[in-house]
Amino acid sequence: MQATPSETLSLATYPPEVRQQLFRYVLQLADTSLILGHRLSEWCGHGPILEQDLAMANIALDLLGETRSLYQYAAELEGQGRTEDDLAFLRLATEYQNPLLVEQPNGDFADTVVRQFLFDNFHYHFLQQLQTSPDERLAAIAEKAWKEAAYHLKWSSEWIIRLGDGTEESRQRVEKALSNLWRYSGELTNPTATEQALQSLGLIPNYATLIPAMQAHVAKVFEEATLPLPTETYMQKGGKEGRHTEHLGYILAELQYMQRTYPGMKW
Amino acid sequence: METLELTQEEQFQARIDADVRIEPKDWMPDAYRKTLIRQISQHAHSELVGMLPEGNWITRAPSLKRKSILLSKVQDEAGHGLYLYSAAETLGASRDQMLADLHSGKAKYSSIFNYPTLSWADMGTVGWLVDGAAILNQVPLCRTSYGPYARAMVRVCKEESFHQRQGFEIMQTLCEGAPEQKAMAQEALNRWWWPTLMMFGPKDADSPNTAQSMNWRIKRFTNDELRQKFVDMMVPQAEFLGLTVPDPNLKWNEAKSGYDFGEVDWEEFWNVVKGNGMCNKDRLGARVKAHEEGAWVREAALAHAAKRKQRTEQAEAVQQVA
Amino acid sequence: MTQHEWPLWEVFIRSKQGLDHKHVGSLHAADAAMAIQNARDVYTRRMEGISIWVVESKHVHASNPDDAAAFFDPANDKVYRHPTFYEVPDAIKHM
Repeated sequence: MQATPSETLSLATYPPEVRQQLFRYVLQLADTSLILGHRLSEWCGHGPILEQDLAMANIALDLLGETRSLYQYAAELEGQGRTEDDLAFLRLATEYQNPLLVEQPNGDFADTVVRQFLFDNFHYHFLQQLQTSPDERLAAIAEKAWKEAAYHLKWSSEWIIRLGDGTEESRQRVEKALSNLWRYSGELTNPTATEQALQSLGLIPNYATLIPAMQAHVAKVFEEATLPLPTETYMQKGGKEGRHTEHLGYILAELQYMQRTYPGMKW
Repeated sequence: METLELTQEEQFQARIDADVRIEPKDWMPDAYRKTLIRQISQHAHSELVGMLPEGNWITRAPSLKRKSILLSKVQDEAGHGLYLYSAAETLGASRDQMLADLHSGKAKYSSIFNYPTLSWADMGTVGWLVDGAAILNQVPLCRTSYGPYARAMVRVCKEESFHQRQGFEIMQTLCEGAPEQKAMAQEALNRWWWPTLMMFGPKDADSPNTAQSMNWRIKRFTNDELRQKFVDMMVPQAEFLGLTVPDPNLKWNEAKSGYDFGEVDWEEFWNVVKGNGMCNKDRLGARVKAHEEGAWVREAALAHAAKRKQRTEQAEAVQQVA
Repeated sequence: MTQHEWPLWEVFIRSKQGLDHKHVGSLHAADAAMAIQNARDVYTRRMEGISIWVVESKHVHASNPDDAAAFFDPANDKVYRHPTFYEVPDAIKHM
């Protein structure tokens, strides 16, 4: 199967193995938004100033909205009668496929901003292209989420600039955050076997084509922030294949608490 | 001089009696200004601290839908705090000063938030009962005499209306669910009922400022009036849910066409007001921590804004020379 | 530590159906760009607007309430400025 540009595809038309790959991949996207949204929601009530509490909650709400659309689609692709909540709350840690970056702790505000910036930069450029996916559901989800991601990227880029160009302390903190988190940025554009398969079918963007625009944006923002570009090249990976850092287990302990304690109930 | 001052005050009261809004630049008695700053900032602090007990359950919400609703509700509370701080700022108070008073313990906030949220049903109860009580307090304030306060309250009430409904919906789902869920709902109601009745403040006899505040129309019903209204409103809703209100003295009184109900534990009330509630220290501690840990962020933003302004001005100067 | 507050900004929003920007409230922000973003996050969470203006509060000048009578009462007796002041014969349409 190879999609031609003009063709739109939907789950009815996929052969079983493609459907399985796509299911796996949509779960990965959903897990990613869920875990990052979860992390951001931890800030609620504890932000540096009320105005930013509202801003971060807005981003978290956007991500949760995207999460739900994706899990709903994943549930349909799977076709086993599982719901969005079954998929979000009742899987094992090794089954979550979010990249390592998004499960990293909030740390201080600089850590959160850097994590967000690295993710937004990928998310924005990725969604931009995903809108032209021949898979009509993914294209529709991407169209909505891309507008949201554009705002997220604006928010996190401006904060990178403020912190980099702000005070001596803020600069030190943002540099420290970068040196902690940069190593998780490579996984975003490093395709797994599933992603490669879907890329070769033309269903999702080829990440290599996103990299120039992503790098250009980092360069522009860092220049304004008067920050040096990180030089570290060794990149961590594994999250997208279910091998996580120690942090995910604790996230799931909270996330899944109710569903695990009271199985099978409606809320 | 004294008679002139009196006339001004009389004029002021006449405007209030005629339901004319007082605006920031209008003359107002010092006591009116001070009372308003205290009342509005206390309300703002309650919104701010009120984010914490519900925020406690965002990461544990049992479904994606509930998580989104809860997060947006707690976020609304941040917004409400912000609207109210802004209203108080029009009276010459600075947000920094108001926050400093909160952090030092000088300013108060609603005692209800010093109770812990221990189960998911607490999210239902807080929305249904606590927000229900808050709405009773707040709706009349949309017509309060001070313009910016009234406008902030209109916005707050508009947004608040979904808060109580989502709380009721949580309760209804629990009460229609498994026995454990129903028990969870009843247990939460048992813990929250009395503290919620305390939200309306001391009995009228022990509330010496009420008369003046009513005269100024910054308070529109007495504490006991609102408490009675609340009980009359809530008991049928609890019955609808199949829950038992934990008050053995609760009884319909045909003569007053309202409920008679038991006495609030005023000793507990004053204890929590004085800082001895289960969570007073934790709530305030969390607020102080957030504020202190945010200091470098706020400074960085100011420093960057100043640098950017300077660079723009320099660039413009160079252009002019050229 | 010396601490200064972010300046206060007044926020004006134009709604989708609205013809003009209306004052909706205020907020704190370090600069104008942030003020616009904060206004978006604080005051447009329920589709309230499609356009935002912000102005630093210190730049807003207001009329003095003491002048209210002198400023506004003189307009009260100029009824001839309103179309309802004039009687149009029934035979005349579209006026």
